[in-house]
Amino acid sequence: MAKKKDSYIISTIVEHKPGVLYQVSNMFRRRGFNIETITVGESEQTGLARMTITINGDERTVEQVVKQLNKLLDVVKVSILDPEVTVTRELALIRINTPNAAVRSDVINYTEIFKGRVVDVAHDSLLVEMTGDSDKITAFIELMKTFGVKEIARTGITALPRGMRSTRLE
Amino acid sequence: MVRMTGAKALVESLKRQKVDVIFGIPGGATIPIYDVLYETDEIKHILMRHEQCAAHAADGYARASGKVGVCMATSGPGATNLVTGIANAYMDSSPIVAFTGQVPRPLIGKDAFQETDIVGITTPITKYNFQIPKASEIPRIVKTAFYIASSGRPGPVLVDIPKDTQIETDDIDFNDDIEIRGYRPNYEPHPLQIEKAADLLVNAEKPVIIAGGGIISSGASSELIALAELLQAPVSTTLMGKGCIPEDHPLALGLLGMHGTIASNFIVSEADVLLAVGMRFSDRTTGNIKKFCPDARIIHIDIDTAEIGKNIEPHIPIVADARMALKALYERLVKKFRRKERSTWMNRIAELKQQHDEISNKEGLSPPRLLKELRKLLPVDAIITTEVGQNQMWAALYLKAYKPRTFISSGGLGTMGFGFPASLGAKVACPDVPVVDIAGDGSFLMTEQDLASSVKENIPVIVIIFDNRFLGMVAQWQRLFYDRRYSSIDLGKTPDFVKLAEAFGAQGIYVGSLSEFKKAVQTALKSDVTTVIDVPISSEENVFPMVPPGEEITKIIKE
Repeated sequence: MAKKKDSYIISTIVEHKPGVLYQVSNMFRRRGFNIETITVGESEQTGLARMTITINGDERTVEQVVKQLNKLLDVVKVSILDPEVTVTRELALIRINTPNAAVRSDVINYTEIFKGRVVDVAHDSLLVEMTGDSDKITAFIELMKTFGVKEIARTGITALPRGMRSTRLE
Repeated sequence: MVRMTGAKALVESLKRQKVDVIFGIPGGATIPIYDVLYETDEIKHILMRHEQCAAHAADGYARASGKVGVCMATSGPGATNLVTGIANAYMDSSPIVAFTGQVPRPLIGKDAFQETDIVGITTPITKYNFQIPKASEIPRIVKTAFYIASSGRPGPVLVDIPKDTQIETDDIDFNDDIEIRGYRPNYEPHPLQIEKAADLLVNAEKPVIIAGGGIISSGASSELIALAELLQAPVSTTLMGKGCIPEDHPLALGLLGMHGTIASNFIVSEADVLLAVGMRFSDRTTGNIKKFCPDARIIHIDIDTAEIGKNIEPHIPIVADARMALKALYERLVKKFRRKERSTWMNRIAELKQQHDEISNKEGLSPPRLLKELRKLLPVDAIITTEVGQNQMWAALYLKAYKPRTFISSGGLGTMGFGFPASLGAKVACPDVPVVDIAGDGSFLMTEQDLASSVKENIPVIVIIFDNRFLGMVAQWQRLFYDRRYSSIDLGKTPDFVKLAEAFGAQGIYVGSLSEFKKAVQTALKSDVTTVIDVPISSEENVFPMVPPGEEITKIIKE
């Protein structure tokens, strides 16, 4: 995957309680930092959630983002993930127009090549589930545009470092 | 474990935090709490006349005493009226805990009468905030709120209390331990960073210290003075730092920045090593930041990691409590520092300071002159509060402060109307010293209704109004930078402040000359009621020195 030089992935462990997402997103808004994607879900530890945030910016901006995140009391740990040694995944659901059997068969073929899955079938459309890094998903969507994409839902990036580089709260 | 109502648990928790005074106004959503306060002798409730004043009074109390200030308001408008006061405390890192009533839990989110999302509203202007989920959580949350407000970089915390949690009876445990996983303020400086900073300071030719509010909140005044004297380093102060070194000290340069003294702005700009402590390089302090001290190596000490590199990238960052860091630096330096021959530089400093003093010798009812005379009449530990605008900058420039916590001003937010309620809070904290609010007619009219609480609660303060019938600072900018196009700054026929004071049962004195002014201050100092001294000054008066906005701090307009 070709890495965009100014894109950073920040992995945070936060208290799993109401209002935390608001605190984080509000801090970004108020300080003028832009969130590209944000995903939130439970972490391996009870009462803690993991928030994975991707942002665009220079090194100094990212340093400030990390400091401002750390300043929030409900943010317990912040790590910047090195793209070279990080597994990133995104999930997308894409509904594609399939007006006839030929198109339908093409879409199914491409889906298999991209290691996606057809998860719902209608008379004139297919719903495809695609998982992978963001570039792969974007590439698949671009390809499907030739057939006609009706709807897209993307989750944004979630990520963890490879091997022993833990982001766990010790 | 004891069975009691949430309201009782709250008041009991406040007693355990040694709260002796609450500034507030009751309302529908806090009646159960006030019912408990009714029979609580240990806590005095001071009834304010506007919630904004309750927050400012708590802030003034906190800054004068170093303790946490407490204010309380009902839900809805009571809570939203606190917002300016909370934002003010947040910008100036003042430890207050604000309690708000909230509609009962089943009504939250239903747009009930006097419901407002105060937790959402105050998220960006509090260090942290809570909504009480159930009565049994009250002791732990109150304990945590006070801990957060007063530790690390201090700041305001809000606790929102739904009415039904005040009423419900539950098993209450006051011995809950508190744990905040995401909050561990670092007080100890890193020895390696101290070593590096010491090396830089030992070899400096012109070391200068910029001291901010962090010196005052960490109680680092004596450490600061010891280090400055050891290094023979002059000390420039931010508005928040005023008072951390006595301003008659030979090394004290006075205020830095847009309305900095000539000595401060020039000496800081000429520094080769800058030791910035407990300050945040705000725009009002640095002027054009690209041209701020281009030749200096900067050591930045602050307890808030996020302040390091936010506005200026320091050469040596030290995240620590100001007092501990200065102490460590002193201990390191006292062994290796050798006094240097600096008489030429010291003479230059003295000469620049002399230029400043000459301004306050102006004849007539000029604020610099009035403030110089006022200082002579006040004891060294008298507390000064200010409003915002010209009055504030005159006070910062021409009224010398000799002790920490004796100069209280709205620095970051710049809240007109802050000084008077803050003076009431300061007087409650320090009843034995005179408290003087330096005001403008515009500012005073923003919170003057609390003359009522000052009279009823018997909190005598002195308000000195520099009465120019203008919104003076805006007028000054319009005069200097907008070709005298006076747009909406003329207050016209301002009220008769003597009658206004008297209408509230306070004392009002109008003065027309310097000798009358002195007499009025002496009368006020002896009075048991609040005294408002109305001093008419020219509408055309400017605060100088001044650096035009966006310019470097050496581009000073002197007159």
